Amino acid sequence: MAAIKITKDNFEQEVLKSEVPVLIDFWAAWCGPCRMLSPTVEEIANETDAFKVGKVNVDEEDELAAKFGISSIPTLLVFKNGAEAGRSVGVIRKDQILNLVGA
Amino acid sequence: MTDVIIVGAGTAGLTAAIYARRAGRSVLLFEASAYGGQIINTPDIENYPGMAHVSGFDFATALYQQAMDLGAELRYERVLSVKNLPDRKAVHTTEGDYEAKAVILATGAKNRPLGLDREEAMVGRGVSYCATCDGMFFRGKDVVVAGGGNTALEDAAFLANYCSRVYLVHRRDEFRGAKETADKLAAMENVEFVLNSRVTKILGDEKVEGVEVTDKNTGAVRTIPAAALFVAIGQMPDNGAFSGLVELSEGGYIEAGEDCHTKTAGIYTAGDCRTKTVRQLTTAAADGAVAALAASQEM
Repeated sequence: MAAIKITKDNFEQEVLKSEVPVLIDFWAAWCGPCRMLSPTVEEIANETDAFKVGKVNVDEEDELAAKFGISSIPTLLVFKNGAEAGRSVGVIRKDQILNLVGA
Repeated sequence: MTDVIIVGAGTAGLTAAIYARRAGRSVLLFEASAYGGQIINTPDIENYPGMAHVSGFDFATALYQQAMDLGAELRYERVLSVKNLPDRKAVHTTEGDYEAKAVILATGAKNRPLGLDREEAMVGRGVSYCATCDGMFFRGKDVVVAGGGNTALEDAAFLANYCSRVYLVHRRDEFRGAKETADKLAAMENVEFVLNSRVTKILGDEKVEGVEVTDKNTGAVRTIPAAALFVAIGQMPDNGAFSGLVELSEGGYIEAGEDCHTKTAGIYTAGDCRTKTVRQLTTAAADGAVAALAASQEM
């Protein structure tokens, strides 16, 4: 399943009400490390159905970024049952991401 | 057995991979996080010969692709130790054990932390080592920059454009960085110098709410409410795993000259991780070439 674009409009439906865990990548086009991390996040999204993968563009979604106290990107957040269940800042490896999701 | 194992896939390591492959050697690179090294944080490189402007990401990706197209292999594993055996080098990583005829240590450097309590835990919660990456999250807020070199001065100038107030905390009474930048900052209304002082405490639980600053002459402690602490006090190497293999300087850099040879035969070093005076992209690339050609010729 490809990564979903998360906005403040679909956040509740796609993330908070999700039946499965959701991994969210907070990123921006001008952020080099975000672009390093992106292919790994996409790869994980395409490989799994056990959890959902979403991407939040912090330039377009500053409300979401502020709501979750994002102050450095890339930041990965994991949501389970509508609540934050994990957080990691910076570029990490695929195995570390999977470990964060607990999948 | 691999001909050349390279520890670190930054500019030095990837350049070494290109040269070793073109010299006909088999190459295995190990990288603990992401290829590209420090340069991926740089939005715009303006001093690489022949390229007036290139983003750090584009540069790193092109370098990586070039090395991979030439047949180098990259594994995302942290190297825990390298042993110098009579007939080979034994490389032990988080995932397994490998052998090589020669090893190039290109471990780079990372941002030096202040060493404060909870500093690491607050990264991404207001503590940052990259003003150009994270500055925009503190638009309209008060922030603190720690440091007195060029990076700290440039960070303060950059942040002053977005933030309501920038406190520049420096342990001496004058800056090491360019006087021109310091003068420019002194003239800015929303920049305040806090000299002869150190940041001694990070305040706030879930996120940074301020810092405690101690005047080193008077011992007076002052609280500065701020949403972020940008640390810009230079880089440090990460060579602890190789202290028995090569000689390390007092600062932890691998002792080597321009020929990139270490004291141990068959172990070479390239880039920011070795003792040198100029640490730039060009010198990292140059080291990669020198180390790889030496390794390829001497095996």
